[in-house]
Amino acid sequence: MPTVEYGGKTFTVDEDGFIDSFDNWNEEWVQLVKEAEGIDELTDEHWKTVQVLQDYYKKNGIAPMVRILSKVTGFKLKHIYELFPSGPGKGACKMAGLPKPTGCV
Amino acid sequence: MAKHETPLLDQLESGPWPSFVSDIKQEAEARAKNEKGVEYQIPVDVCEDLLGVLELSFKHGRTHWKHGGIVGVFGYGGGVIGRYCDQPEMFPGVAHFHTMRVNQPGGKFYTAEYLRQLCDLWDMRGSGLTNMHGSTGDIILLGTTTPQLEEIFWELTHTYNQDLGGSGSNLRTPADCVGEARCEWSCYDTQALCYHLTQEYQDELHRPAFPYKFKFKFDGCPNCCVASIARADISFIGTWKDDIRLDQEAVAAYVGGELPPNAGSHAGRDWGPFDIQKEVIDLCPTECMSYADGKLAIDNRECNRCMHCISVMPRALRIGNDRGCSILVGAKAPILDGAQMSTLLIPFIKVEEPYDEIKEVIENIWDWWMEEGKNRERLGELMKRQGFQKLLEMCNLKPDPRMVQEPRTNPYIFWKEDEVPGGFQRDIKEFRKHHLR
Repeated sequence: MPTVEYGGKTFTVDEDGFIDSFDNWNEEWVQLVKEAEGIDELTDEHWKTVQVLQDYYKKNGIAPMVRILSKVTGFKLKHIYELFPSGPGKGACKMAGLPKPTGCV
Repeated sequence: MAKHETPLLDQLESGPWPSFVSDIKQEAEARAKNEKGVEYQIPVDVCEDLLGVLELSFKHGRTHWKHGGIVGVFGYGGGVIGRYCDQPEMFPGVAHFHTMRVNQPGGKFYTAEYLRQLCDLWDMRGSGLTNMHGSTGDIILLGTTTPQLEEIFWELTHTYNQDLGGSGSNLRTPADCVGEARCEWSCYDTQALCYHLTQEYQDELHRPAFPYKFKFKFDGCPNCCVASIARADISFIGTWKDDIRLDQEAVAAYVGGELPPNAGSHAGRDWGPFDIQKEVIDLCPTECMSYADGKLAIDNRECNRCMHCISVMPRALRIGNDRGCSILVGAKAPILDGAQMSTLLIPFIKVEEPYDEIKEVIENIWDWWMEEGKNRERLGELMKRQGFQKLLEMCNLKPDPRMVQEPRTNPYIFWKEDEVPGGFQRDIKEFRKHHLR
C-alpha cells in the first residue's frame, strides 16, 4: 500500500485514501484528509463528529449508523454534508481514521 | 495486434448472439485509432486491459478486483461504485475502474442526440464501455479513474442536465415499466409517478440516511414488466376496481380465428385453432368467466384481475375505467434471512397528482424503518422481526382479509393489554382463594 507524508509523519493508506490502521491515527492525519475531502476550515463541529465516531468505534468496533451519528452529535444529515462534503462515510469516517465502509455501496 | 492474448474469450466471439467480446474489441480498436482525435483522460488501452484481466479470471476461475472501494463526488454519499484491479502492474489500464450510475429517464426512452452526447463525454473521460442498463434501471458508465469523477459529474449536471443514480444505504434509482407511453393495460401513468417520486426524494437518493438500501418500482398492471413485486421494497402495481370492458364483436373475431390469441405471441408453433373455453374460461383462476351462445360473461365481483383473459384477447377485453394501484412492500433477495416477494399492504389507492396519499404511505414506512430498522436490515426483514401488525399500525391501516393469503395456523396470538378485560396485572393470592395448591 502507498504511503504519504504530512507534517513530518508518514501514513500508509489504501487507494481510496483510508488509513491502514486506526492505531496510526493522529491529528496530522486530520489535516491531511481535510484537503482531499474539500474542507476549508476545521471547526469544533468537525472535531466533535470525529470524536463521536472514534468513541463509538473504540467501544463497539464498528462505525455507527448514520441515524446514531446524527442523534449523538445533534447534527442533521444535511449539516453533516455541509461539514463533510463526501458525507459521513467517505468524509468523516476517513478523517476519524475508521476502516473503510464496506458492503453494497 | 491486441495487447493481451485472449484465447478463452475469443471463443465467445462465435455463435449467433451479440458477442460482448467482439464489441469490447471493437471499442479497443476505435480508441487505438482515435479517428476523432479525442483527448483521452484515462488510459487508451483500458478496454484491452479489461479483456486481459477478464481472460486471467477465466483462466484462474476467480475475480481479480479488489475488495470494495469508496469514491464519489462531493455532496453525495453514493452514485459511484469504486473498483480497483488486484493486478495493477499487469493491467495498468484498469488499475482504477470505477462505475458511475446515471439516473435513466422513465421507460428508458431516448433521443439519439442525448445518447450521442453521453457517449462523447464517456469516450473522453471514461472507458467507452457501458451497461445499458443496470438491473435497478440506471445507465451504467463502466470504468473510469478517480480524478475524472468530478469532471464527469460537472459535465453531466451542467451540460446535460443529468444527475447520478443511487447507491449505498439509501433510496436507489426508481424504475418503471413503459406504462401508458405504449401499453393499453397501464392502469396509471407509471412514468409520471416514477419521475415525480424520484424528484421528490432526491435527498434520500443521494445522501444515505437509511438502515439499508430501499427501492421503488412502478408497474402499470399485474403483468409486472419491471418486476416490482420481486425487486422493490415498495412495489406499485396498477389495477382497477370496476368491470373489465368487453367487446363482444371482437370476442367473436377471436373465436372465428380472425384475431390471433395473445396478439400472436405463440405463432411460432401450431397450437390448433383458438379455443376460448380451453384457453380462457378454463384457465381463469377464480372461474368467474363463462362463454355461452357466442357471448362472453365475466362475474367481475369474483375477478382477481390476474390479467390472463386480457392478455389472451387484448382487442376484446380492456382494463376497467376506475383505476389506481396496489402497494406491496418488503421484496428482497435472500441475504440475510431468505428471499421475499412484496406483501400486499394497500389493496387500492388512487394515483393522482400530487400523489399526497402515496407519499404519506412511503413516509410512514420510512419513519418506522429508519427508527426501528437494524443496521443492514431490509424493510422485509423488519416486517418479519416486528410483525405485519406493527407495519399496519405505523401506516394507520386497518387489517383487511386481502392482506393475508391465509390466516395463521398457530395459536401464539398476542393481545394488547387494553383488549383484555381486567388487564395483565393479577394477584396470585386472589387466584389461590378459588384454586388451592
